[in-house]
Amino acid sequence: MSGSIQQTGQVRKAPENFLDAQGVRAVFAEAGKGRRDFIRNAFAAAVAGTAATSSALAQTRTAVGDGDPAILNLPAHSTGLGQPVVTDGYGKPSKYEANVQRRQSPGLTPTAQASVSFAPLQSLFGIVTPSGLHFERHHQGWWDIDPSKHRLMVNGMMKTPKVFTLDELMRLPSVSRFHFIECGANTGMEWGNVAVPTAQYTHGMLSCSEFTGVPLITLLEMAGADLKGERFVLAEGADGSSMTRTIPMSLIRSGEVLVAYGQNGEMLRPEQGYPLRLVVPGVQGVSWVKYLRRIELGDQPYGAKDETVHYVDLMPDGQHRQYTSIQECKSVVTTPSGGQMLLDKGFYNITGLAWSGRGSVKRVDVSVDGGRNWRTARLESPVLSKCLTRFNIDWVWDGTPAIIQSRAMDDTGYVQPSYKQLRAVRGTRSIYHNNAIQSWQVQANGEVANVQLS
Amino acid sequence: MSSFPKRTLLVLALACGVGAAAWAQPKTAGYAGIGRDATPKEVAAWDIDVRPDFKGLPPGSGSVTRGQDLWEGKCASCHGVFGESNQVFSPIVGGTTAEDIKSGHVARLKDPAFPGRTTLMKVTSLSTVWDYVYRAMPWNQPKSLTPDDVYAVTAYMLNLGGIVPDDFTLSDKNIREVQARMPNRNGGTTAHAMWPGNELGRAAKPDVSAVACMRDCVPAASSVTQLPPHARGSHGNLADQNRLVGAQRGIATAAPAAAVKTSAPAAAAPKVPVALLEKNSCTACHGMTQKLVGPAFSDIAKKYPGQTDHLLQKIKAGSTGVWGAIPMPPQTLGDDDAKAIARWLADSAGP
Repeated sequence: MSGSIQQTGQVRKAPENFLDAQGVRAVFAEAGKGRRDFIRNAFAAAVAGTAATSSALAQTRTAVGDGDPAILNLPAHSTGLGQPVVTDGYGKPSKYEANVQRRQSPGLTPTAQASVSFAPLQSLFGIVTPSGLHFERHHQGWWDIDPSKHRLMVNGMMKTPKVFTLDELMRLPSVSRFHFIECGANTGMEWGNVAVPTAQYTHGMLSCSEFTGVPLITLLEMAGADLKGERFVLAEGADGSSMTRTIPMSLIRSGEVLVAYGQNGEMLRPEQGYPLRLVVPGVQGVSWVKYLRRIELGDQPYGAKDETVHYVDLMPDGQHRQYTSIQECKSVVTTPSGGQMLLDKGFYNITGLAWSGRGSVKRVDVSVDGGRNWRTARLESPVLSKCLTRFNIDWVWDGTPAIIQSRAMDDTGYVQPSYKQLRAVRGTRSIYHNNAIQSWQVQANGEVANVQLS
Repeated sequence: MSSFPKRTLLVLALACGVGAAAWAQPKTAGYAGIGRDATPKEVAAWDIDVRPDFKGLPPGSGSVTRGQDLWEGKCASCHGVFGESNQVFSPIVGGTTAEDIKSGHVARLKDPAFPGRTTLMKVTSLSTVWDYVYRAMPWNQPKSLTPDDVYAVTAYMLNLGGIVPDDFTLSDKNIREVQARMPNRNGGTTAHAMWPGNELGRAAKPDVSAVACMRDCVPAASSVTQLPPHARGSHGNLADQNRLVGAQRGIATAAPAAAVKTSAPAAAAPKVPVALLEKNSCTACHGMTQKLVGPAFSDIAKKYPGQTDHLLQKIKAGSTGVWGAIPMPPQTLGDDDAKAIARWLADSAGP
């Protein structure tokens, strides 16, 4: 069955071909009686028997006999009473979307509290990451903190150190902006070689939300902060690790840095720092301190662990680059992407995400021949600064192997580099800040694999 | 709220409408009543950071010997007795030499063949170690160490790295002298374009400059590397990690869940009979875990564990007064359906 289909390099056939003749007769006999669940089970059983195929069900597109049973036989949802309103006060995705989940990469971290979960980029649309699918990175486990007891302190080089409650912060004039957040280690497993199979694991420490909060500059000004000269801000969390990071003063002066409580129209999720986190657009996620409890203003950088010992880039000359913060221009094709299987030859809309920590995405080019020739993709609106941008481009797959890549350019003129270009400067021993062009190989049988070219 | 000042509304409108520029508007309202002064004790309770110039370091001291005792009780389970463990977190000690202590550069960082990088190979400032141990260690009881404890365990780590002798006592008085012996104290640089501000003397230009070529850019890929076949299933069954509808499916890299279920013994707990519940309109009155018109399925299951026959009889004949005033009328579903639903309820109505 499908095993032989793969071996002969053919694309997947419509699902009836997964059944033997008897199975087909049984399915259509049952279909005639309107037993939809039986058909589902029959297909699932047929697919389960062939480990080489997807367990997913391709839909029949050819009318058989009088037509498609999915049309001819009215299903329960057309003939019965559905669920009442507010079955769930806070709704859930369809049960048929249960595969779309955050996931850990097996073996990546030895503890569950100092770990990371990856967002399922291969299944998302547009630019916003649903809050429940936003990637997580915790250093000492997450907490659900009582907002009535949470405090934010602002101290350091200022007239009067201040304390704010959540109630007070939420009374201040708020701003809402869309920004991406990317862990500095995103794609870090791929610096040396191909390591993981799907876009979720290669690029899924990336998410994008609308964040709502108060510009940090407002709070500093309220405390009579000394903003002249060379200044640095320390941000500190209230969780066990009390992570600290030094934040660039220029971003704070511009008003970009937010003390945020809102995310995608609701309060922050606990995994994202409820009730308060820092939003530092364009800068790697570790600076977006969660459970934010304190802001200190000083005249020197703070030498926090995650800016001078971790999240540093080892250069071939043995020097570590410290305080590397900006997430440089990058992109990835999410459909089709590694670990997936195309249903058939014919038309596809290649789509993916592009972003830059230095500004907005200006252009994205796509290649289907491993970077030899490129075409410029369509950018979907909105195209916002330091935010994910969705791109797409037409492609007709003729069934021959192809290597799909995307290459983004930002409004500073910076062009996303290839692995060869990046490694020529930084070597292969870094972990962080890998923004190389990603390659997905579409094989003749429709399988898509994560590959690197040399 | 009725006396909400007009100009505050204006500030709000500006803030919402023009984003980044809004904060630069004159602060006419002054945000009266928002925030209060922090007391000195409050600032002291939270302001625990220690900078590379050791600003913020509290007075105190701790010996290598005392540090060893603390280490073995509180640190060794994760980091190993000699700070060398790689089981839970990256090793702390190892990879540095007496020559590195002189030069302030860890020579092995230039050697691609040297496996791994320890904390002492990477850290440039002793303040970073002190600060992190004080705020975040031990891992499961952060902030439980006193300043003297932190001096002691830091002294022990430095001793393991050959940076201070066995009889050393680290204190706020001598920590600068020890900083001058840190093996990689000169191994960090900020000469790059990846700090967004002008504060660190950054490089003006990114280090990698690619060109957006469009035609005949590179020769055909000479070799394509991908995951080796033995790693195909290392991230589970990719078929279960992709959407079941759309332009593509996930590749099955392990036995699909369905196969496991069909091979399970017949006595396995019945799955939620979704189709039966929908077909017979049970879900119109009963939620899975919440009361609607009638009780939640989970509540029924809790009340009648294992009582399949009783539940079957109630479904067929109807019921009144058990869960409230609204009666459940007799149901006219088929025997098979009714039995399946009753069995599922009697078996805890689980997923």
